[in-house]
Amino acid sequence: MIVQGRAWKLGDNVDTDQLVPGRYLSLTDPQELASHCLEDLIPQFHELARPGDIVVAGENFGCGSSREHAPTALKALGISCLLASSYARIFFRNCINLGLPALTSPDAISGIQDGDEIRIDVETGEVENLTRPFRCSAPPLSPFLIELIAAGGLTAYVRDRLEAEMPVPGGNRE
Amino acid sequence: MGLTMTEKILARASGQAEVRAGEIVQASADLVFGQDTTMPLAVIEFRRMGAERVFDPDRVAIVCDHFVPNATVLAAERTKSLREFASEQGIAHYFEAGRGRNYGVEHALLPEEGMIWPGMVVVGADSHTTSYGALGAFASGFGSTDVAAAMTLGEVWLRVPETMLFVYEGQLGSWVGAKDLILYTIGQIGVRGALYRTMELVGSVIESLTVDQRLTMCNMGVEAGAKNAIVPVDRETERYLKAVGVRDVSACNSDPDARYHSVTEIDVSEIEPQVACPSSPDNVKPLSEVMGTRLDAAFIGSCTNGRIDDLRRAARVLEGRRVSRDLRLIVIPATQGIYLQALREGLLEIFAEAGAAVSAPTCGPCFGGHMGLLAAGERAIATTNRNFVGRMGHPESEVFLSSPVVAAASAVMGRIAHPDEVVR
Repeated sequence: MIVQGRAWKLGDNVDTDQLVPGRYLSLTDPQELASHCLEDLIPQFHELARPGDIVVAGENFGCGSSREHAPTALKALGISCLLASSYARIFFRNCINLGLPALTSPDAISGIQDGDEIRIDVETGEVENLTRPFRCSAPPLSPFLIELIAAGGLTAYVRDRLEAEMPVPGGNRE
Repeated sequence: MGLTMTEKILARASGQAEVRAGEIVQASADLVFGQDTTMPLAVIEFRRMGAERVFDPDRVAIVCDHFVPNATVLAAERTKSLREFASEQGIAHYFEAGRGRNYGVEHALLPEEGMIWPGMVVVGADSHTTSYGALGAFASGFGSTDVAAAMTLGEVWLRVPETMLFVYEGQLGSWVGAKDLILYTIGQIGVRGALYRTMELVGSVIESLTVDQRLTMCNMGVEAGAKNAIVPVDRETERYLKAVGVRDVSACNSDPDARYHSVTEIDVSEIEPQVACPSSPDNVKPLSEVMGTRLDAAFIGSCTNGRIDDLRRAARVLEGRRVSRDLRLIVIPATQGIYLQALREGLLEIFAEAGAAVSAPTCGPCFGGHMGLLAAGERAIATTNRNFVGRMGHPESEVFLSSPVVAAASAVMGRIAHPDEVVR
């Protein structure tokens, strides 16, 4: 799976409160959440982000709250891939569970500027900057996580598993 | 080579004799829960999974605590949908404000309800689920889709974490407590100092803490990035569990020769009260360096410091005194049970006499949801767990994190203050 788009560059420790502030947590509609994504940090983000765009962040991306509203909003804006120096644990899981690829490379942040055109091979982890000469390689996600993303996320994965186990609705494993 | 507590719990939950840090396991869940901002998304995903019944209605809980009592019409719609889901699925552990039973902030409520015990695997759609390690459980925060899957299958995939051991020794100074210890620790290791790992908290100082205080420390483990925080089971754990009606207590403490990622020894004797400054929980300074900072608001409450032990300490500082005219103080007991206890002990009277606004249990102000939010340029001191940009309101407001006694003293003085300035 190859993704390509413009880079949005964020700093270290961008928390999920910044991605979707607490005051909007009663919302569940992905498009409504998207309209508030990063609004206190980059007020125009939801208007300027285009499908395919890539978010490049520093250390501990997505720290703080477990709110899945955060990756839901990024995905609803059409963000195709995240590339960060490191991720907070819950946020990383949430991205994978939603089928939003999240690759880790400590080198990417220094070789990519805001607005650069980036191409990423999500399976191999190869990252290429098409705007200026820079390449780096993120460790590939484990086969299980690639499988989850390919299935469309954890929901589709569980649905497939339940269908395979039918006729025991509710996933009774006994 | 021995095993850590976390490895033992995950081995049991995944049906193996032993597991080691780094392994991926499918662990059965003993309790799966969410709250009113995360559970609505989980219910949507549960339906999309094609699931019809939760794996075990007695091992699923729904705690409406963030926007309660319903702050907006939309919040009211969300709690209504969760109430209907609980009814449809036969989930008895459904908690909401004012419905004839205990309710309140989840991480204070579930232990108080006797729903947490040593050795459990707790899957919570809230990052501060790490709190329950104070009772010797493996407890970690997850997103809504993970919780939907766990509600459906009764299990969750996990990478067995490495454990960082923190050993607290020495003599606690006056006005120094659990909150200061965890703030100090986060200040030392940073907000990603325990990323993906377990923080195991031990030592004679931890042994001397009540379960309420241990909950405060484990609560904030996630602020250092930890997957879970955990405290060995001891007589204090047993005392607490007996009081809340848990009968079967089997310890699963770490073996003496368990393998740790690192061992950090902390001498608490030199630690003074600590304050996390804007806008990160690891921007921690000794109180003496920030005393005098002008404030507009103070908040005592939350899953970190809204328990009876916290309210007793705050009341000691506020008794017979008045909140400064320069700021506003909000006090929120974390559960109805704590509210009642504080009422019986006269603590609520002390707060009200001091001129504080005392409210029904809610997470409201802590996450900038509702009640007591901050305007642009305002500064608050709060006993909560996060001081991110805009956490309690306007993005240009600021939050300092402290213990209840420092927040109470600051409320009296109208600026960041040491309890010794107030209690002489």
